[in-house]
Amino acid sequence: MSKLKIRLIALAAVVAGVFFWVVTTQGPLAAVKVTVDKAGVGDLSNAVFGVGSIEARRSYNLAPTITSRIARVLVDQGDPVKAGQLVAEMDPVDLDARVLSSQQAAERAVYGIRVAEAQLAEAQSRAKTASAAYERFAGLRTGGFVSQEMLDAKLHEKNAAQAAEAAATAALASAHLDQARVNADASGVGKLRAQTRLLSPVAGIVTARLAEPGATVVAGQSVIQVVDPASLWVKTRIEQKQAGLIRSGQNADIVLRSQPQTAIPGTVKRIELLGDTITEERMVDVAFAAPRVDAAVGELAEVTIKLPQLQQALSIPSAAVKRQGQQEGVWVLQDKRVQFQAVKSGLSTLAGRTQILEGLAAGDEVIVYSQQPLSAGLKVKVVDEIVRSKP
Amino acid sequence: MINLAGRDILHGWGKFLFTGIGLGLLIGVTLTMAGVYRGMVDDAEVMIDNAGADLWVVQQDTLGPYAEPSSVRDDVARDLLGQRGIAQAGNVTYLTMQVSQGSKEARVMLVGYEPGKPGEPEYLVAGRPLARAHYEALADIKTGFALGEQVRIRRHDYTVVGLTRRMVSSSGDPMLFIPLKDAQEVQFLKDNDALLNERARTASNPAFNRPNVPGLLEAVQASQAASHFVNAVLLRLQPEADAQAVAGEIRRWQHLQAYTRAQMEDILVARLIATSAKQIFMFLVILAIVSAAIVAFIIYTMTLNKIREIAVLKLIGATNRTISSMILQQALGLGLIGFMVGKLAATFWAPLFPKYVLLLPGDAIKGFALVMLMCALASTFAIRAALRVDPATAIGG
Repeated sequence: MSKLKIRLIALAAVVAGVFFWVVTTQGPLAAVKVTVDKAGVGDLSNAVFGVGSIEARRSYNLAPTITSRIARVLVDQGDPVKAGQLVAEMDPVDLDARVLSSQQAAERAVYGIRVAEAQLAEAQSRAKTASAAYERFAGLRTGGFVSQEMLDAKLHEKNAAQAAEAAATAALASAHLDQARVNADASGVGKLRAQTRLLSPVAGIVTARLAEPGATVVAGQSVIQVVDPASLWVKTRIEQKQAGLIRSGQNADIVLRSQPQTAIPGTVKRIELLGDTITEERMVDVAFAAPRVDAAVGELAEVTIKLPQLQQALSIPSAAVKRQGQQEGVWVLQDKRVQFQAVKSGLSTLAGRTQILEGLAAGDEVIVYSQQPLSAGLKVKVVDEIVRSKP
Repeated sequence: MINLAGRDILHGWGKFLFTGIGLGLLIGVTLTMAGVYRGMVDDAEVMIDNAGADLWVVQQDTLGPYAEPSSVRDDVARDLLGQRGIAQAGNVTYLTMQVSQGSKEARVMLVGYEPGKPGEPEYLVAGRPLARAHYEALADIKTGFALGEQVRIRRHDYTVVGLTRRMVSSSGDPMLFIPLKDAQEVQFLKDNDALLNERARTASNPAFNRPNVPGLLEAVQASQAASHFVNAVLLRLQPEADAQAVAGEIRRWQHLQAYTRAQMEDILVARLIATSAKQIFMFLVILAIVSAAIVAFIIYTMTLNKIREIAVLKLIGATNRTISSMILQQALGLGLIGFMVGKLAATFWAPLFPKYVLLLPGDAIKGFALVMLMCALASTFAIRAALRVDPATAIGG
């Protein structure tokens, strides 16, 4: 009987022990499990991630300068074009006739000059004759052979002939100016005629044919779009917060939506001055290192821009950095209880490390993961991992 | 003086122990039910805690963002930052949806937030916080997703980079955190067919497709595709600011609704989960009453089974006090075993529940006191029956 009693008491003790253990370790009274990591010194390779779409750096919208009807379109989407190649032509309406008319006016102006020159020659000859006659009469008058009246008449003839010569000279100059004006008119009409012809300004590829012959387009409305395929780049949107360290010339990896497995090398070509105020993003243009033509304009691309490496920087896992009010800090262990320690953090890398500028030394232990939100003085238990990682 | 109760238990200890265990399992169920109820309320409260906000700014005249749909322009956060007393403002979106990873599917609450602003999960259990501005996700461990897995949400694949714990919606769906811009796209961007139809519809509207205004159609279509709405703006206040006063200012001047933490708790606990919580609570009450009745019956019948022995005790001159204390001690012992078994059982099976079961130490202590009280009460009936026994029954008749 007493043996049984001892056994039962032992059993009761074991059950009570198990009960106590379960209540204190499994339930809500258990210490909070945390994991810790040491602050380490090492090189931090940082990068910035953004998404963007492929755009052509130079895209040309070819449009007429005046409202007109399209006469013909000579190229279609996908056609390669050379610099200066005629791609479309507007209906000239009466421009050809005006060109002809102004050509004829120019020819007429040449004849007008010849007439004026002949008239000048005649006036000069007349003035010369009148001048000689006057000289002669002046001599005769000194000898008293002719009357003063006759001399005055010769003087008048001489002056009239000289005035006629001046008039003829002016008429010639006017004829020259007339010719210049007519020539300018002709050239103007010719240019107007040339404007109806849309020429590709660069060697490139036609990306859009936006209007067909017979359609009337307003001034400035695109008919043909041409891009220079060598100028394709990724217009990347980068969070303003992360854009501070990006500089032209940095290397980048571009992953196109159509080829998600390959990272295509690229470089930052330009950081646009204007940001997007609504989305709080900055535009960074990343060009392909090698010219590509198999990428479609408008395709989505993921861009990772590599920033300069931070040499020998003190860092901790980003998950350890917490915020209390306005103060940044980490939770540290002091005698199995947690304390908040203020730190000043620097950069955070894409791999999940955060640089620590102040507040920690190399080798200091910080709490990284916890089962619950932590508060000062909380009792914790350090474990290797809270969630068992999958093999 | 010998302990009669101990002697009696030792005599039939197997029967006593198994009765205690059976009783314990019943108590375990009751405790678990209390845990289910507490878990339900806690889900709602933890959601408020996780938001880490002092004020919720939502669409005017709505109970958003959890109890009713709400949409607010995302630049409102910047206007609010200019207001006195506000330290931080973060845009958030909430959307409950089904996401898939390989063959796994999970119902999640998709949360879009801006890293470093209110709405960010406060602690992780594995991985790292979001570092890229797109296509990364933090998943709650209840989703079953593991680090490094790709989760498909609408047209993009998101990589799980971090794991959280106890990040659930008020209905217990685990949360999946993604960057705000992606979440806005998920929430408001239509599928491709709808987009194409919408474009065609706009193009066929002569008001938007005017031949002499090139570029108008494109501009209208671009404005239709962009979305700058969020479901709520979470505010953190300066330490000295008065939440009620700031909320009042926002309600008065910004044409928005603002809720303080207490109001939000009221909305979630008193309105959103009120009926389902009451349902569980009613069940808990009935279960507790049934358990108490069963405990009483067990003790009563256990005593009645021993009526002949009690009569013998009386015959040999045992006092009423001795007999009463024996019955009371046995009842309390039974209660103690039952409670311990019940507590153990509840602790072990609680984590197996799909939704959160919160076992509070306070509930356990209350439960213990109730079990003991019940046992003591039940034993009084048994004692009355025992004391009324005629000693003559010991001899027969």
